Amino acid sequence: MPKIKLPTKSPHIDMTPMVDLFAVMLIFLMLTATMRQPEPAPVDTPYSISEKPTPDFNTITLLLSKDNKVFLNFDNGPDTLLKFRPKILTEMGKRYNIEFTPNELREFEKYPSSMGVPILKMKDFLATKDVKARTALQTGIPIDSTDNQLADWIFCTRSVNPSVQACIKGDTKTSFEVVQKILDIMAEKNVFKFNLITTLEAAKINLAEIQK
Amino acid sequence: MAEIIQEEKAGGKKKATKHAPHIDMTPMVDLMCLLITFFMLTTAFSKAKIMEINLPEKIKDPTIEPPKISASRTLNIVLGPDNKIYYYPGTIKPEDYSNLPPLQETNFSANGIRLLLLERNRALFKKIDDFKKQVLTGKIIMGQDSVLKSVSKLKTDDDTGPIVLIKAYKKANYGNFVDILDEMSICGIARYTFVPTAWYDERMVETAAGIAPTATPAKK
Repeated sequence: MPKIKLPTKSPHIDMTPMVDLFAVMLIFLMLTATMRQPEPAPVDTPYSISEKPTPDFNTITLLLSKDNKVFLNFDNGPDTLLKFRPKILTEMGKRYNIEFTPNELREFEKYPSSMGVPILKMKDFLATKDVKARTALQTGIPIDSTDNQLADWIFCTRSVNPSVQACIKGDTKTSFEVVQKILDIMAEKNVFKFNLITTLEAAKINLAEIQK
Repeated sequence: MAEIIQEEKAGGKKKATKHAPHIDMTPMVDLMCLLITFFMLTTAFSKAKIMEINLPEKIKDPTIEPPKISASRTLNIVLGPDNKIYYYPGTIKPEDYSNLPPLQETNFSANGIRLLLLERNRALFKKIDDFKKQVLTGKIIMGQDSVLKSVSKLKTDDDTGPIVLIKAYKKANYGNFVDILDEMSICGIARYTFVPTAWYDERMVETAAGIAPTATPAKK
């Protein structure tokens, strides 16, 4: 009996739908992407059940790192449509008798994340492009009563943009002494409303337990 | 890829078989894979959430007295070192300064501070819970905004729940502070605030936690 020979064909897989799907996903991700900015210090935010999203504009964010350094961020990154970053730096410069060149102001405007540089080192910080050198200069903003630059930053920010809201992004392990100090400084500048940045977590409440 | 096989016509001239032009899409797919991976890793999908807190304003005018609250409803919570919570009811009067009451200790577990707060706030919590259940089951139909408004109205009308004063010993950490505020919203506490820690609170925490006392009474 003659065998029936099946014609051998190389198995072609139709990749078109896959490619289509990939394209759709890619476009979606590109459009929705808000880049995660590298923070100068890693921060583990505490958990809460709050579901309110962080505001994008009119914010001044205080980043409190594990080793109790304070960093500042305006409007969560460089996307200052209101362009109030350079104005704040100019104001700050006036208070400390430092004049910033337009180049330095532009550099400050472009800097993407939080910064914690004492104002006297700000010129060095803006002049260098080296990441390591920049990190070395990020020693935190002084909050001592003798050299309270944080209070000045807040004052300048509020004079440039009166509708600014204060956000606090702290690490779980930040000492409360620092937090208390910051709350005191803010209270002195008449800021009493704070937004604490947290990570969402569902709360488990055992109703049967309490109805005993 | 899609293939179109054209059958040759019988007879006639032999035409060159027309093949659909094959484009090798593999490099494109590779690149897209790479890009997707990159974007997926760098995108911050879940935006960080915020929890709002309003602190009491500092009274600068000495003629204005701070509002009085009933001592029987007051619950003082002091955040201690090593994630411990201490609490005591009522207030400490000047005559108690030499003989401070001992603090009770609890922790952040569901059977610790949460049970304590729910126990004291049972009436209000049940009201809020019943209301939310009615909304969920469709007995009351209203928008999200008015639900929030009604809940906050239930909270303002409440006059049985505890008034919680939160204090923090200096060795506490920021995580404890957020956790305790979170507990307040979980348990539906209507009235709570963060107040400056008095020297006697610190003294009591130090006694309870076995730390060498550093707090001294403020001289008048």
